[in-house]
Amino acid sequence: MFKIIDKKQLTPLIYSLEVEAPRIAKSAKPGQFLIVRPTENGERVPLTICDYNAEKGTVRIVVQIAGVSSNKICMMNVGDFLCDVAGPLGKPSEFMDISYEELKNKRYLFVAGGVGAAPVYPQAMYLHKAGAHVDVIIGARNKDLIIMEDEMKVACSNLYICTDDGSKGEKGVVTLLMERLGNNYDMCVAIGPMIMMKFATLTAKKLNLPITVSLNTLMVDGTGMCGACRVSVAGKTMFACVDGPEFNGYDVDFDEAMRRQTLYRKQEQQANEAAGLVLKR
Amino acid sequence: MANKIDRVPVREQDPKVRATNFEEVCYGYNAEEAQLEASRCLNCKKPRCVDSCPVGIKIPAFIHQVLEGDFKASYDTISEDSSLPAICGRVCPQETQCEGSCILGVKGQSVSIGKLERFVADYAREHESAESKHPLIDKQGIKVAVIGSGPAGLACASDLAKLGYSVTIFESLHKAGGVLTYGIPEFRLPKKAVVEKEIQKLLDLGIKIETDVFVGRTVTIDDLMDKEGFNAVFVGTGAGLPLFLGIPGENLNGVFSANEYLTRNNLMQAFSKESDTPIFQAKKVCVVGGGNVAMDAARTALRLGAEVTIVYRRSEKELPARAEEIHHAKEEGINFQLLTNPVEVLGDENGWVKGIRCIRMELGEPDESGRRSPVPIPDSEFDIEADALIVALGTKINRLIADTTPGLGTDRKGRLLTEQTATTRKGVFAGGDVVTGAATVILAMGEGRKAAAAIDEYLKGYGAS
Repeated sequence: MFKIIDKKQLTPLIYSLEVEAPRIAKSAKPGQFLIVRPTENGERVPLTICDYNAEKGTVRIVVQIAGVSSNKICMMNVGDFLCDVAGPLGKPSEFMDISYEELKNKRYLFVAGGVGAAPVYPQAMYLHKAGAHVDVIIGARNKDLIIMEDEMKVACSNLYICTDDGSKGEKGVVTLLMERLGNNYDMCVAIGPMIMMKFATLTAKKLNLPITVSLNTLMVDGTGMCGACRVSVAGKTMFACVDGPEFNGYDVDFDEAMRRQTLYRKQEQQANEAAGLVLKR
Repeated sequence: MANKIDRVPVREQDPKVRATNFEEVCYGYNAEEAQLEASRCLNCKKPRCVDSCPVGIKIPAFIHQVLEGDFKASYDTISEDSSLPAICGRVCPQETQCEGSCILGVKGQSVSIGKLERFVADYAREHESAESKHPLIDKQGIKVAVIGSGPAGLACASDLAKLGYSVTIFESLHKAGGVLTYGIPEFRLPKKAVVEKEIQKLLDLGIKIETDVFVGRTVTIDDLMDKEGFNAVFVGTGAGLPLFLGIPGENLNGVFSANEYLTRNNLMQAFSKESDTPIFQAKKVCVVGGGNVAMDAARTALRLGAEVTIVYRRSEKELPARAEEIHHAKEEGINFQLLTNPVEVLGDENGWVKGIRCIRMELGEPDESGRRSPVPIPDSEFDIEADALIVALGTKINRLIADTTPGLGTDRKGRLLTEQTATTRKGVFAGGDVVTGAATVILAMGEGRKAAAAIDEYLKGYGAS
């Protein structure tokens, strides 16, 4: 059982929870993720790690209500216990293998879509502290989906914000900003909805900019046991949970990955209706 | 001496009824039936059944005690060699082990050893008072970590706790039991009545079970030994990574590993309305493979309302599943396409499975396993209509532990190298599928027990004992 010790509502649909998980707090690294099971009958939900504090023994997760299970997590309160929090899962980001000395001369561009700002934060922070130059783009449909603006400001040199409807920051999609910023980076990292990562990759290709993406596939165990998360990367089948979640964006078959995400859509909609959950899309 | 009657039939759920529920198929013997069946045993001087048991259970002795009605003594006899008799009685491939070498089987039917073992274990469980048989020797302060709570880990932990060590089991999933919990379905191995009771016994021995700990990620073996003070470690992490066919269309929507399908249903209880975890609602399911896992997946799909066909590349004789499972699957109405192999998964315009293209096979020369290897018959392709394909071709080993533990040697398949269960890393022992590759519950259990003895030997230098 994992106690929730802090909870903040970031937007009408997005919550931040700080959870006691001492083992994970000690071992988590940028790029990794967790599996959370809110209740005894709950699903195992893969979630990104937003922050971790080894001394305090806590991890922070940021969750957007997207269905019954994420709603269950978001409706829990301080003092409540999540049934299970397992992790950290997946491989840490590739730049964790690069020496600080080398990182000092590197320039990174992060592209965060909506709630994807949460996993971008520990990566940007790590690189920023290591002395790399870090710029961050956060994009979303509207201002209600823009999160972590203040925290991100201190994790990078330049923060750019855009929304599809112009309700915050610049009006437009992340790829517009990417194109404007151009190929002034050694590496781009995009984390967000699959469709955003697909177009970010297309833009990066156009700019001749290497890009890493973090795939949020369906998962059950998250330990390599089930293969629900398989993706085609450079024509080979990979498991996002153990081979990823981060891959070279150029190599990912995004159309297949998006199609595979819809596997349980019908059942998810039925479950949402049964739970009386109305989600504005 | 022995009673020359036919094998006592075991009561089972009606096939039509059980095809729609997840309750246990086999009811097992009652005391009267068990004693009658026990009376068939010839009590051979040189019992071949014992030699064919991977852990050498004293079979004629326990059967004789059943005959005498001393079920408690019979349980103690089995327990000398097996720590999970209620489970092994249900899932062992008896026809290739004990029962396969029973002398009665030469001309007629062998003694129903598996069913007798199950009866004894079930009787003991239902009639036992708080277990106090093993006075705890106090070796507290000497800590052993057991990684993985499947058959190997459970057996190892149990023996170590009885020897007085302070044992913690680390399990990556949210529930203990390994394949007994996520893999084998309820209708073959009841979870609450059998598996959870076995695990409760371990807790009663004072063993700690920490779930949600994925060793290699959450914590490393080095951490456990250097920072958390574990004096020895047992690795019983199994062989859990699913194999796929490597044919076109394998990532279409509707293709699942048997591991995923079974985990959703067994561990996550997707069949229940109470569960939030979805499972794919298929109408026509193809299962590829011929082992127990293939049978389990097929019979699970059937119970969830699908019409099911098992596709297997060799003939009926080579089906590796337990005879009882094949028999039950047929009774329940599973179709078999034998000597058949899938060559492509066919999808509709939106990328959902609509059929499986297969090719007919014939048996050629024997391969290195001694089995005749199947060869495709040219131009014999045909399509099976299906909206789901479940792949049950076996599993391989997750290399995470080996990759994150310096000094732990493996072979090319990722199997940990061991000598009498000791790995190449001092203080680290291993057993079960992670050493042998995918095998049986009883072998893993046996290796777990051997490792417990080896760990005890290794730790004798530690502390006051």
